[in-house]
Amino acid sequence: MKKVYADEKWCLGCGLCNVYCRTCHSETNDIVKAHNFEEPRPKSRLHVETGEKVNFALQCRHCDDPKCVTACITGAMQKDPDIGLVTNDTDRCVGCWTCVLACPFGAIVRDEDAGKVAAKCDLCVKSGEPECVKHCPNNALKFEDRE
Amino acid sequence: MKKEGEIRIPSGCAISGILNKNGERINGEDIITSIELMRDRSNGLGGGFAAYGIYPQYEDLYALHIFYDDLVSKASTEDFLNRHFEIETAGKIPTRKKKGIDGEPLIWRYFVLPRRFKLHESELKESEYVARCVFRINGHYEGAYVFSSGKNMGAFKGVGYPEDIGRFFMLETYEAYLWTSHGRFPTNTPGWWGGAHPFTLLNWSVVHNGEISSYDANRRFVEMYGYDCTLQTDTEVITYIFDLLLRKHKLGLKQAVEIMATPFWREIALMSEEDQKKFEAIRAVYSSALINGPFSIILGFEGGMLALNDRIKLRPLVAAEKGDTLYVASEEAAIRVICSEPERVWSPRGGEPIIGLVEGRR
Amino acid sequence: MSLQLGWPDYMVIRDENRCIKCEVCAKQCANEVHKLDSDYDKMMADESKCVNCHRCVALCPTRALKIKVNDLEFKPNANWTGSAIKEIYKQASSGGVLLSGMGNTKPYPVYWDKMLINASQVTNPSIDPLREPMETSVLLGRKPEKLEFDKDGKLKTKMPPQVKLDVPVMFSAMSFGSISKNAHEALARAATDLNIMYNTGEGGLAKEFYQYGPNTIVQIASGRFGVHPEYLNAGAMLEIKIGQGAKPGIGGHLPGEKVGEAVSKARMIPRGSDAISPAPHHDIYSIEDLRQLIYSLKEATNYTKPVSVKIAAVHNSPAIASGIARAGADIIAIDGFRGGTGAAPSRVRDNVGIPIELALAAVDQRLREESIRNDVSLVVGGSIRNSADIVKAIALGADACYIASSALIAVGCHMCQNCYTGKCNWGIATQRDDLVKRLNPDIAYERLMNLITAWKHEIEELLGGMGINAIESLRGNRLMLRGIGLNQKELDILGIQHAGE
Repeated sequence: MKKVYADEKWCLGCGLCNVYCRTCHSETNDIVKAHNFEEPRPKSRLHVETGEKVNFALQCRHCDDPKCVTACITGAMQKDPDIGLVTNDTDRCVGCWTCVLACPFGAIVRDEDAGKVAAKCDLCVKSGEPECVKHCPNNALKFEDRE
Repeated sequence: MKKEGEIRIPSGCAISGILNKNGERINGEDIITSIELMRDRSNGLGGGFAAYGIYPQYEDLYALHIFYDDLVSKASTEDFLNRHFEIETAGKIPTRKKKGIDGEPLIWRYFVLPRRFKLHESELKESEYVARCVFRINGHYEGAYVFSSGKNMGAFKGVGYPEDIGRFFMLETYEAYLWTSHGRFPTNTPGWWGGAHPFTLLNWSVVHNGEISSYDANRRFVEMYGYDCTLQTDTEVITYIFDLLLRKHKLGLKQAVEIMATPFWREIALMSEEDQKKFEAIRAVYSSALINGPFSIILGFEGGMLALNDRIKLRPLVAAEKGDTLYVASEEAAIRVICSEPERVWSPRGGEPIIGLVEGRR
Repeated sequence: MSLQLGWPDYMVIRDENRCIKCEVCAKQCANEVHKLDSDYDKMMADESKCVNCHRCVALCPTRALKIKVNDLEFKPNANWTGSAIKEIYKQASSGGVLLSGMGNTKPYPVYWDKMLINASQVTNPSIDPLREPMETSVLLGRKPEKLEFDKDGKLKTKMPPQVKLDVPVMFSAMSFGSISKNAHEALARAATDLNIMYNTGEGGLAKEFYQYGPNTIVQIASGRFGVHPEYLNAGAMLEIKIGQGAKPGIGGHLPGEKVGEAVSKARMIPRGSDAISPAPHHDIYSIEDLRQLIYSLKEATNYTKPVSVKIAAVHNSPAIASGIARAGADIIAIDGFRGGTGAAPSRVRDNVGIPIELALAAVDQRLREESIRNDVSLVVGGSIRNSADIVKAIALGADACYIASSALIAVGCHMCQNCYTGKCNWGIATQRDDLVKRLNPDIAYERLMNLITAWKHEIEELLGGMGINAIESLRGNRLMLRGIGLNQKELDILGIQHAGE
């Protein structure tokens, strides 16, 4: 299954991946409106870790044995048996944050503005190609199948 | 109106050549008939012939054919000739009046040998001495132009249709084992006899149909070796390249062709390692001798003739054989009009030379 | 002292309607111009630090930024221009030599833009490069006067070493130290895949680059940084750097800040020390000394590699070039006054040297007059900006062209001319790890490949238009050029006629 892999050798910690992740998951799909006007403000599903020598962008690993799915009390977290994508059904999600605790990577985001639900990387199924990969200025994110 | 040498004049043309490989001589009728057929390729502004074997009684002397604008230039040039050569005999080249040919200059020929003392003093080879004298006259003697300077051969040319020029010079009275001929279609009206083809130097004569796009690269290359490109014509520079490669660098005809119409890199890549090294060396050392642009040329020399097309064959050239005679021309019809049943007719590929050699000579 | 006689060169203009406060500009500016002000919840800019490198402009996701030259003006004065005045303020304040990066910015004539190229029509057909073979390969090296063959037509002459290029372009010398390792990697990889060469510059060669040896020119400059026998034998060609177009007559200068671990190892000098190349080679005080060095290098490499000598274009370039050819050099490289540099005193960069177009024409003509043009190859640089410049250079007489500024622009340089600060925001002219990271060699390599491939196609189109199918027939073919807007003297030196003639 194709996943997003971060290469810490080239990540500059610039945060453009965050900008485009938010835009992709917004109502209007317009960068300025998504960041300055929309209510609720869309959240980025990435964490950009920065340091003196190394940076990288962290997102959901769509694990083979997803701990978040096991932990979910309502069954909102699901792994699609065919394509392997792990998604959150926001209608079912009650915002208990158990998945946030369970994820060994800390990749799940608490979206308080959007009605207290868990938000996570969905590989941009809406646009077909992960926006963070498309817009990284330094080729630090790759969308590949490494299995 | 500027003439050749003051400005570069492009032109298109017709060429034809007849060689008897046994050295048997024929008169000029056939070559005139052949070039006359291709009348439409010329526009009457230039025509000429080269003939080999025509002066057997003076075969060891240099036959200088010279145009003079007037008697003053003749006098000063003859003064130069007297100082540098022993003149065996001299006289006007006989001509007849021909409709369509007028305004001709004075046309003289001299049978000469370099003055022994001057030759010795110059420490040059005889051929180099003669070549330099020709350059001197053509470059510095206003109103005089040496248009032929070989042994036992001569060029005959002027402004007019080639068939008219041929009859003007009474070529039916000469016998040669090699005839080449040229009709010119310049895109300007120079009206100068010296500008017609063939261009000659010593025993080399070149008739050329085409316009080479590498001209200035070639010219600036040969000028490094003492050649004066006073006419600024393609034919002149092609002749000088042949002279440089064949006479000065002592290369064979095949090598000269490999240099002037060298194969493409993608063809070289398919050759044996040894050949690859050879062509890489050729293209490195003689890169400025490559002739680019459309051309079909006939090089005449005392040992035979070489006909060649550019690498992508942008001008026509047809060859035929019957018995001991080799024919080349811009059109097959020009061959068939003088040889109705050739044994073999073919069109050489671009860059593939046709070489005819006379038995017993070089 | 708080009295500022000068003022910022540039203005940072931000469209507040578009700014989304993503802080990319702040994170990516090594000069610390941008900052998110938490009290106002707005992005603010300190324009006094801006160098106009456009990093923030290029990365801003909403294109909210614009950098403009500060339009604060002195009273209009054609002689005392704003920059002339501000330069005096700077020197009065610092007492130092004004430094600049990249090439001459003054409005001297650009002769490339005053020459026009021919096309064939009617009397000579043009050639279609998409359907017919079109050859752009060149061979650089010394050529013997003639070739000899045996009676079977086999080659007898032993050829001196040649270097073959698929396109008549090479990447010019930019030292490791002046530019980053990632930049070098991109140049080396692109040169390898394009079948051309790149030049190490005077910074020596790191071991991991030896793998690109067959496409490397190793340079021996006056400081002899990194020069040892293995280095000499690592490349395919050697180059003795006598001068550089941007700063004729003076040596190179790499500030100690840019001499980190890797640079120190490659150059064989202590970390943090200024790397100052002397003005002359201290063993070349005359032409015969140059001959000695050329042959020492040939001995050290067993006569297997051509040796090039690089000079700056100055007033008596033709005579110098003639001497170099006779001293045994295989290739002569001439660098014009528009050439780039990592650091040079502004006055030298802007006032010393002559245009490469004129130098090339004069050198080519002189070598032909002395009948030695065919012995050597001529390479020219010093602002070759596009494929038309290359075609014109070859028509004037060059064998190939060196490009450097063009290559750096291709990978991101915006000509802000602040290379000497070592804070290149594009990761090119810097040794800071966090900045060097910004130049991903994979991306840079692709861009260089694209540039040269595009230029190759353009050269093929121009050649075909002239009715030429092999680039060697264009070399020195000055009839293919016409001048426009040039006076008779300029036409004479270039050896071309005026358009219309």
